[in-house]
Amino acid sequence: MKLTLKIWRQENADTKGRLETYNIDGIEEDMSFLEMLDVLNDKLVREGTEPVEFDHDCREGICGACSLMINGEPHGPDKLITTCQLHMRRFNDGDTIVIEPFRAKAFPIIKDLIVDRSAFDRIQQAGGYISVNTSGNTIDANSIPIEKDKADMSFNAATCIGCGACVASCKNASAMLFTSAKVSQFALLPQGEVEAADRVLNMVNQMDKEGFGNCTNTGACEVECPKGISLENIARMNREYLSASVAG
Amino acid sequence: MAGILSSSIARKVAMALSGIFLVSFLALHFIINLTSVFSEDFFNEASHFMGTNPIVQFLLQPILVFGVIFHFVMGFVLELQNRKARGDVGYAMYKGSANSSWLSRNMIISGIVVLLFLGLHFYDFWIPEMVTKYVEGDMTGMHGDTFRYYEETVHKFAGDPIRTGLYVLSFVFLMLHLLHGFSSSFQSVGFNNKYSRGLKGFTKAFAIVVPLGFAFIAIFHYVSHL
Repeated sequence: MKLTLKIWRQENADTKGRLETYNIDGIEEDMSFLEMLDVLNDKLVREGTEPVEFDHDCREGICGACSLMINGEPHGPDKLITTCQLHMRRFNDGDTIVIEPFRAKAFPIIKDLIVDRSAFDRIQQAGGYISVNTSGNTIDANSIPIEKDKADMSFNAATCIGCGACVASCKNASAMLFTSAKVSQFALLPQGEVEAADRVLNMVNQMDKEGFGNCTNTGACEVECPKGISLENIARMNREYLSASVAG
Repeated sequence: MAGILSSSIARKVAMALSGIFLVSFLALHFIINLTSVFSEDFFNEASHFMGTNPIVQFLLQPILVFGVIFHFVMGFVLELQNRKARGDVGYAMYKGSANSSWLSRNMIISGIVVLLFLGLHFYDFWIPEMVTKYVEGDMTGMHGDTFRYYEETVHKFAGDPIRTGLYVLSFVFLMLHLLHGFSSSFQSVGFNNKYSRGLKGFTKAFAIVVPLGFAFIAIFHYVSHL
C-alpha cells in the first residue's frame, strides 16, 4: 500500500506549526494506524530526520493515550474505536491521509501530534472521586444493593477513557461529555451521593476554568466517542448542577 | 445574574429557557395569524385584544422584548466564547458532517437571518403599532369604521412579491433554527429520559409546521390579492 501522509509538525506550543507531506510505501492492510506511523518514523530516523511525535500506550483501546484527528475525524473514520484500533485496511492504496493533533485552546500542543490533556486530570481531581475510609473499616461496595439499570448506566459512564475525542470533535471544544461521564458514574450510585453536590459544582467550575467551550448539543461528541458515552450523561450533569446550585 | 451566568451550564440553561419562552410566543403568534386566513373579524378582535390588554402590553410584551434581546445577545456571546475555546489554529480538515447536522453547527447563521428578519418585521408591524398607540395615542385600533389590523397585514403582502419572498425565506431559516434549537433546549435543561423521543418528534413537527404555516399565511395574502 502506498500512501501520502500530510502530518502536522510543530516544535512546541510557542512555535508555528505546518503540515508536512510524506510518501510512504510497503504498508500492509493488517497494520494498525499506529504501526503505520511506526514504519514512517523508522524511515525518518534512517534518513536522519526527526520522527513524528504521537501519543500511544496500551494499543488496545483502553488507556485513552492515543488521539489524532485523521482525515477530519478524531480516531479516524470508524466509530467506537480508538486510533490504535484503526487498521490500514480501512484505507486504499494511493490515499492521502491528513493527520492533525486534537485541537482546543485547553489542549495546547506539546510537540507535533501530542497535546497536553492534563486539563482533564484537573477536572477529575476537582471532584471525580468518592471519599472512602481505608483504615481497615472499608465497607465492601458489593454489600450495598444497587438497581441493575443504574449500575449499568454508571458502568457505561465509567468506561470513558478520557481520550479527548469529544473535545476534538466539538466545534466549540466543549468538554461536557467527558465531565458529565465522570459526574454520572458517581451520581448514579449510593456511594457517590454524599459528595454529589460539591462534586458537580467543583468539576464544572474547573471545566470552565480550563477554557473549554459551551455545549450547543450538536451531538458530535457522542458520535465520535470511542466508548459510546451517551448525551444522557450531559442532561444528568445539567440536572445535578442545577439542583446543587439551587440547594446552595 | 453575572455570577450565575459565569457557569457554562447556567448559560446553556438560560439560552434554552429563553428559547422555549420565544417558541411559546411563536405558537401564540402563529395561531392568531392563522385566523387571518379564515376570519377577518376574529383576526381583528384577537389582534385588538393582544394590542390593548394591559397585561399583554405592559407585562408580557416587555418580557418578550427582553427575551428576544437576551437570546440574541447570549447567542453571540456563546459563539465568541466557543470560537476562542477552539483555539487560534483550526483543523486543515474537519469532517463535521460525519458526526453532526449542518443545522446544529450553524445556529449562529440561521439565528442571524432570523435577527435580520425581526428587524424587517418590527419595521413593518411593531414600530408603526407602537407609534400609533403610544406616540399618537390612538388606542382604538380603528381605521374608519373597521379595525385596521387585517387591512394592515394584507397591505404588507398584497402586490409585494419581494417582501413576501423575504418573509418566506426568513421562515425557512426560522425552521432550520428551530429544528435543532427547540429539541436541544430540553436536553440543555436536563430532560433526557424515556419521553425524550416523543418530545423530539413533537419539537421537530412544530419546527416544520409553524414556520411553514407562517410562510403559507404570507403567500396566501399575496396570492389572494393578485
